[in-house]
Amino acid sequence: MEITQEQRDELRRHGILLTKLEELYNWGRSHSVWPLQFGLACCAIEMIAASMARFDIARFGSEVFRPSPRQADLLIVSGTVTKKMAPQVVRLWNQMPEPKYCIAMGACAISGGPFKQGYNVLKGIDRYIPVDVYIPGCPPRPEALLHGLMQLQEKIRGQKLTGPDAPPHLRSDAACNYPVPEFGEQDLDPAKNPDLWQPPSIVRPPKT
Amino acid sequence: METPEQIRDRLLANFPGAGAVVVANPAPSAQHSIAIGPGRAREIATWLRDDPALRLDYCSNVTGVDWPEKEIIETVGTPAPDPAGGPAKTAEQKTKRIQPGCLEVVYHLYSMALRHGPVIIRLRTGNRTDQITLPSLTPVWRSCEFQEREVFDLFGVVFAGHPDLRRILMWDEFKDHPMRKDYVEPDDYEWEPTAHDKVLAKAKKHYPAEPAATGEATEGAKP
Repeated sequence: MEITQEQRDELRRHGILLTKLEELYNWGRSHSVWPLQFGLACCAIEMIAASMARFDIARFGSEVFRPSPRQADLLIVSGTVTKKMAPQVVRLWNQMPEPKYCIAMGACAISGGPFKQGYNVLKGIDRYIPVDVYIPGCPPRPEALLHGLMQLQEKIRGQKLTGPDAPPHLRSDAACNYPVPEFGEQDLDPAKNPDLWQPPSIVRPPKT
Repeated sequence: METPEQIRDRLLANFPGAGAVVVANPAPSAQHSIAIGPGRAREIATWLRDDPALRLDYCSNVTGVDWPEKEIIETVGTPAPDPAGGPAKTAEQKTKRIQPGCLEVVYHLYSMALRHGPVIIRLRTGNRTDQITLPSLTPVWRSCEFQEREVFDLFGVVFAGHPDLRRILMWDEFKDHPMRKDYVEPDDYEWEPTAHDKVLAKAKKHYPAEPAATGEATEGAKP
């Protein structure tokens, strides 16, 4: 029997708290997202500021920056990913246990940002690893990072424990290892993970 | 501190045939530099470091310049008398010459002991293809080590006598020298939402051409 939100609120006024295992589980997960202690460029400074007293990421349960990928739930790609660094970022992502989430913080991590036309900067980390939340900005302020974290919490709270929409760690068919690119003679090889990222197709409106 | 011309004169007195030339800087900063021949560059560098009047004991910056081959057209005007008796005209004669390209390494030297500087010296390679070896000045100034590696990485200048000449910014497998003028970057412009200028020209190759006025919407751009 499904209970509507109004009925639950009515019961709560009488001192009865009703919940589901799924909600309880996701509530716990969403409030203990431990990020990897990993900074790449100037966005990392804002990430550090977000963890300090003024912005205080501890309010969201994410103050435990883990120095090992094996203990982390969240990879904040905070800054420019150079092509020389990209294989290491993918390797860190592969070493993180499920459930894991990825935030692309700042213009560089999203698309290469101001260095997009350079020969040495990866044009977006989503070419190699799946990104859950994109935070634009150059760099984004700590409030923006906190907002991104809240969006991620919302995403976690909305995840189903069963069925086809279940997160990868509750499914046996989901890939958890992503191919690490090799250093080529001119560029990374492959230049993108085609299963994850394809350039968007252009649909031109018909001419009138 | 002595002017670059004075340093050059003393340098040529100490090292005859060193090939030292003052390279004027026409910019308002007027930081003139001294180009020296690569043959005795390390001796000259040691002299610059140890000379009591200069004591340039600190190399703050090493950088490279790529000078590609350049075609120069010179116009020479010679007065030609008019056979009809009118005023003499000037006949212009244009000559083309090829200025050979080279790679240049620039060192900025300061003296911590005497608190002066910078003295800027330049070393030039023979060309841009096979005569690209220059003597390393790392044995004279240790601070050159990483920066000479950087010049090697990005410009392809080979420093003879460098203790650890490897790429420093690009990965070891990389095959080109990205700061050279004729470097061609990898073509990964398959998604450029705000392309303009050169990038637009590159991105266009990845996108289908503008459809002809048939009113049909085109879908594509998937590689």
